[in-house]
Amino acid sequence: MGKRTPLFDAHKAAGAKMVDFAGWDMPVNYGSQIDEHLAVRARAGMFDVSHMAAVDVRGTGARAYLRYLWANDVARADTPGKALYTCMLNEQGGVVDDLIVYHVADGHYRTVVNAGTADKDLAWMQAHAEGFDVTVERRPDLGIVAVQGPQARELALGCLPADLREPAAQLKPFFAAFADDRLVGRTGYTGEDGFECILPAADLLPFWDALAAAGVEPCGLGARDTLRLEAGLNLYGQDMDEDTHPLESGLGWTVAWEPADRDFVGRAALTDAASDPQRKLVGVLLTDRGVLRHGQTVRHAGAGGEGLLTSGTYSPTLKCSIGLARVPQDWAEGDSIEVERRGRWCGARIVKYPFVRNGEARIQI
Amino acid sequence: MSEIPADLKYAKSHEWIRLDEDGRATVGISDYAQGALGDLVFVELPEAGETLTAGDTVAVVESVKAASDVYAPLSGDVIEVNPQLADAPELINDDPYGEGWLLKMSIADESGLDDLLDPDAYEQVVADEEG
Repeated sequence: MGKRTPLFDAHKAAGAKMVDFAGWDMPVNYGSQIDEHLAVRARAGMFDVSHMAAVDVRGTGARAYLRYLWANDVARADTPGKALYTCMLNEQGGVVDDLIVYHVADGHYRTVVNAGTADKDLAWMQAHAEGFDVTVERRPDLGIVAVQGPQARELALGCLPADLREPAAQLKPFFAAFADDRLVGRTGYTGEDGFECILPAADLLPFWDALAAAGVEPCGLGARDTLRLEAGLNLYGQDMDEDTHPLESGLGWTVAWEPADRDFVGRAALTDAASDPQRKLVGVLLTDRGVLRHGQTVRHAGAGGEGLLTSGTYSPTLKCSIGLARVPQDWAEGDSIEVERRGRWCGARIVKYPFVRNGEARIQI
Repeated sequence: MSEIPADLKYAKSHEWIRLDEDGRATVGISDYAQGALGDLVFVELPEAGETLTAGDTVAVVESVKAASDVYAPLSGDVIEVNPQLADAPELINDDPYGEGWLLKMSIADESGLDDLLDPDAYEQVVADEEG
């Protein structure tokens, strides 16, 4: 038996099909993954993501520590309430994990890391804390629910604890509001507007039930994956890992090179990589029939060389198959390429991603 | 609990087989199989006339999350494939034993029928997989 979130019984009662995810028993769908996906694009859906780990970083040295630890610069989040997305790199510039951090108050940051990497991340963060006045503390007492979709904020506001409603209603994108140990951020992983809510475990079920009563659709990890891929958002362990750096993973925008005198873990290796880029992440649209999958090989008759599909799926919004691929630097948008699918080479095209944002297709099929 | 009609035969690899009155067999995938795969979005079927040996990969069904091979439960020739599946693979989810059928085939060797499972035996296969 895997680990269970506070919402496990609610998932079972709602007819969820449960699967193992990084040691957790999690809902993959509640019937139809495609229906859940489309509900988020059209209205609102909710996701239990309590398997992800909330980690608090506190202390007078917290800001200096995180500026050294991460490739993005928490100085960009000096305004309390600001959220920031960043990669945590190793000395080779490889990605230890990607994460979101909320600046709670002076000397207090709350970050959310991936379930599959949580233990490793904690050890890494502890190991680099030496010399800083800082504590790094995992918060297993907190759970996380994401509410996403064009109607998500409107429907979720009335379900939030009373003291968070007004501040949550005022939030700009990528900002969060706090009350005691509760956090509501206007962030997400679907390409839609919405909230991510980090709440004490005991508050989770009442919140979930209230959302369900308000008409928010429960959605599993299956829909979460197709939504994030349509939105062009990377998945750790597939689109990047410890052996690939942010610049070849479409995450160059998350690396804060300025100020030039800010040292951060991995900076030297990343600077070398930036001087001679070899590979990049591109969007792929399958023009033949079939479905793209993680791990498939791609080739380019004109430019030569090979690449690797890092993510692939069927897009419920576009009704065709899309993916991300790490390919040689000289392959260009609009180029025809081929993907090896079950022993056969199928036609595909390099396209700009994201594929879908705020319910709208962003590419021409 | 998935549906296992009493009038069909089954293969361990989750195909169902209906023996038609004209001596042919209709083949599909079971309710349990479609449920395990989730929403189907693509089906690759053989050509009519193709000769099959029991155990051959005869079709591929792909859901949002995974691709799965379908194996020929019997030896024989493909007579007809379901023309609706190219545009509506979700018929397999909606009606796995009816409109979601995959193909009709002739039966070259009736002794192959002895290797198929009756509904009770198939129920046990499903119960074992569900753990």
